[in-house]
Amino acid sequence: MPRLTQDDTHPVRFTLNGRPVSARVTPRTLLTDVLRHEIGATGTHVGCEHGVCGACTLQVDAEPARACLMLAHQAEGCDIRTVEGLAKENALTPLQEAFREHFALQCGFCTAGILMTLDALFSRQPDADEDAIREALSGHLCRCTGYAPIVQAALAARNRIKGGPIDA
Amino acid sequence: MKPAPFDYVAATEMGEALQALHEGGTEARVIAGGQSLVPMLNMRLARPATLVDITRIPELSRIEAKGDHVTIGAAVRQSTLERWPDLADRLPLVRAALPWVGHTQLRNRGTVCGSVAHADPSAELPLCLIALGGTVTMRRRRTTRSVAARDFFHGMMSTDLAPGEMIVSVSFPARKPGTGYAFREVARRHGDFAIVACAAIARSDGTATLSVGGVADMPRTLDLPADAQGLDERLNEFAWHLQARDDLHATARYRRDLVRQLGRATLKEALSCRD
Repeated sequence: MPRLTQDDTHPVRFTLNGRPVSARVTPRTLLTDVLRHEIGATGTHVGCEHGVCGACTLQVDAEPARACLMLAHQAEGCDIRTVEGLAKENALTPLQEAFREHFALQCGFCTAGILMTLDALFSRQPDADEDAIREALSGHLCRCTGYAPIVQAALAARNRIKGGPIDA
Repeated sequence: MKPAPFDYVAATEMGEALQALHEGGTEARVIAGGQSLVPMLNMRLARPATLVDITRIPELSRIEAKGDHVTIGAAVRQSTLERWPDLADRLPLVRAALPWVGHTQLRNRGTVCGSVAHADPSAELPLCLIALGGTVTMRRRRTTRSVAARDFFHGMMSTDLAPGEMIVSVSFPARKPGTGYAFREVARRHGDFAIVACAAIARSDGTATLSVGGVADMPRTLDLPADAQGLDERLNEFAWHLQARDDLHATARYRRDLVRQLGRATLKEALSCRD
């Protein structure tokens, strides 16, 4: 049985946005910190560090989760997707486009987490209604209080995703 | 806001987990979803020397509906139970309560048994377990035991779990014909901790129970006989009996009033949905 000793670093391997990554970290290292400090993927933001604010939300095996409430070693073998995994070759996703068009961000600190929650919501439930969108967003705090344009952007994105390509 | 150092054991079978917990004694803790424990680690309210991760033990990931019980393994995540196709039919009370457990992002990681082990007085799943009269099954190296939910919870974040012991499953009695179930909660915002949460069960023989979380140090139950007269008076007595206290979120008086008002509404809903 592998015991990862507290004072030593131990290898952890997972998939990050489709590519295998590895790092050596101590058992107490949080997933947020291995992403930001070891791998250099700083798209995932760190806010409250106790699961309340939602800034660090990413997808673990396609489901949104708080990276600050996961130990890096708990991600062993998982498929992790962060905001860096959304746009392909600088082409924004319909969700990101809708955020830009609707000015659904001010300071942008909460945005990465919100995008990962909404991306997962629309993958599972492409016809999510406003109640479902608001329920999903309830796990995120925007301290610029820009919730109204965020909901508008989410609704616009849903319509585009349902209706096919962005420029259709 | 970083955890203090600990050894981490990712057990892949029960024997490994139980051995690590035995060796760790009072300084070892089980981690499953980590949605209650990791905040406590980050804030250093908990400083275990060893964390034993049980999520890779295959037999703990099962939901089993056998006879008149539904047994949920210690690694079953709340969102997995939420999507279990038989949930509405077998556990209507749990189905009504689950959307109130944190946010979807937390339920995707958090486990049913983890919430029970954490024993927050305002948590929904311990409330459902007590309301339904469920049991908690625990193992240590050489012994297995099952304890009724009302005996498992000792008080605020305090349970019957002994050092070296872990929950392997919780068991909920399944829906009975002719019985109505209802769950209601008041919180500041959806997903916040409950100020008051109510679970009501109305049986075909006319008896009913109202269980309330968020007020006393653990969920408490009011039994109502078939010919219950003076419901308002009983609810009022119960509300005072719970010895609510003022805190940051609500006054004791507001909580008592919620027990009376929300309690009556939840009972009424349970009575009206008996089938």
